[in-house]
Amino acid sequence: MKTNKKQYDKMVKNSSPNSRVVRNCVWAFLVGGVICFTGEVLMNAYTKMYFTVGDARLLTSITLVALSALLTAVGWYGRLAKRAGAGTLVPITGFANAVVSPAIEFKSEGLITGVACKMFIIAGPVIVYGTLASVMYGIILFVKGRFGL
Amino acid sequence: MNYLWAFLVGGAICVVGQLLIDLTKLTPARILVIFVVSGVVLSALGIWEPLVDFAGAGATVPILGFGHTLAQGVEKAVAQHGFTGIFTGGLSACSCGVSASLIFGFIAAVVTKSKSQS
Amino acid sequence: MYIKYKRPVAITAWASVVGKKESHGLLTGKFDEECSDDYFGRETWEKAETELQTRCIDHLLHKKGISKNDVEIIFGGDLCNQITSTAYTMRHFGTPFMGLYNACSTMAESMIAAACMVDGGYASNAVALASSHFCTAERQFRTPLDYGGKRTPTAQWTVTGCGSVIVERFGKHAFINAAQVGRVVDLGVKDANNMGAAMAPAAAETLKKFLYSSGTDCSDYDAIYTGDLGRVGSELFFQLLQNEKINIENHTDCGCMIFSPGQNVQSGASGCGCGASVLAAHILPKFESGEYKNILFIATGALMSPTTSMQGESIPCIAHLVNIKSKEEAHKK
Repeated sequence: MKTNKKQYDKMVKNSSPNSRVVRNCVWAFLVGGVICFTGEVLMNAYTKMYFTVGDARLLTSITLVALSALLTAVGWYGRLAKRAGAGTLVPITGFANAVVSPAIEFKSEGLITGVACKMFIIAGPVIVYGTLASVMYGIILFVKGRFGL
Repeated sequence: MNYLWAFLVGGAICVVGQLLIDLTKLTPARILVIFVVSGVVLSALGIWEPLVDFAGAGATVPILGFGHTLAQGVEKAVAQHGFTGIFTGGLSACSCGVSASLIFGFIAAVVTKSKSQS
Repeated sequence: MYIKYKRPVAITAWASVVGKKESHGLLTGKFDEECSDDYFGRETWEKAETELQTRCIDHLLHKKGISKNDVEIIFGGDLCNQITSTAYTMRHFGTPFMGLYNACSTMAESMIAAACMVDGGYASNAVALASSHFCTAERQFRTPLDYGGKRTPTAQWTVTGCGSVIVERFGKHAFINAAQVGRVVDLGVKDANNMGAAMAPAAAETLKKFLYSSGTDCSDYDAIYTGDLGRVGSELFFQLLQNEKINIENHTDCGCMIFSPGQNVQSGASGCGCGASVLAAHILPKFESGEYKNILFIATGALMSPTTSMQGESIPCIAHLVNIKSKEEAHKK
């Protein structure tokens, strides 16, 4: 072949269509915004029911996660995500979708070796690195507190 | 007004995610990791709490808010329990979202099955 | 490796079965069966793919009017790990079986091997088949089906489909005249969502070698089909050939033929079942009607796995070419 890797890399870049960034961003903005708006509505509803702000926040998370699980189970979340991109990925509903979808998918491999083993294949890294970051922060706080820095 | 800010701030955070997907080679999984770690850092720097006061769910619902929860949890736990708080703070604070996902994920898996796409 | 069969081997029957999305596409009505249930009445996606293959072979044998006991050997494969879909189909067949895997180029590979077996006189007939299923491929190579992810514009959609042919010594319409066994080519593409780009160099190299060995030009053929390069890969295939000073005007990609632009499949279709089902539903019938006399079918395969992709490896690719001729053309001296 007369084309080498470097030349081909250039050809691939020129021939591959780019993502439609503006349209994708509009979708992400609208869908992500609506999900957060729903969160705010729930938050207000729960605080009006005399829950503390902390509890209302937790209940809001639970409700959003439950809604996402429901939409994932009936196949709508994935369909929405095809257009919404980061709009459905970034909110906590995206995290729930990342847990629920492998659980459903790998049911055929059993409740333990399938559902349970595969449940966190996508969302696991978020928990791992989130926890690691919080532990680092905890160490800093602890050292600061001990030595009065 | 709160509703509007929740919508605008939440939407804007998602746009940042979309730009990372479209303009860099980062995969969604990496972007989520970056977001959650950024959430911890922004919270530690004291930037996120004011945004939560301002935009409410717009700042707590995106995965950055998950990082914020982790950071707040560890702050409280270290203040109360000292050394062991480093270990318990983060995960206890975010246990609600994780457990909810796990429980509903399990229920969803039991009652439904994988569907083809079109 | 260039193979000129001692005597052209006849393709005497062909069959194809596809899933739901494919049945709403551009080739609707041309397949032997279009199933509206992607589970094909079974419980898991893997079983569904086995059912898909079983139905395809049943159609093939029915069209040929023979029973499974009359088949001497079957060559075939699919995209599942350890080509289990095909192996599990064969579990119920009791026919000698050689499983093949060259990703999406498996159909051409199977046909080349089957034709060698018949041409060598070791078998009086042989079946070649290949299949892919969107759902088995998706859960193995990408993400769970219900996971919300956006496809990049270069991504391709795995076809739920199976194609099969039976080859024999004597026949009426289509004959495998020659073949080119491809080499593994890797021009450094790493993006598993741009497989057309990864595979185009392999297709170009195999075609170039074949034209050289056979002493022919692209214009000598009624049509030149590639398996599943998609729109992006087809464009690159064209450019690569231009760099080699090969002019190609009669190229069609099977990956651009199955789905309509409104079906949201980005760069096009892919999978073993893509080339295999188009071959059986669209290309071979044109030999029967007399429209085609001489064509090339180049099936392309990307030979990576999720593991090698995560390890940062680029994608090695391969392309196998089959030259199919009509009876008059094949027996011309």
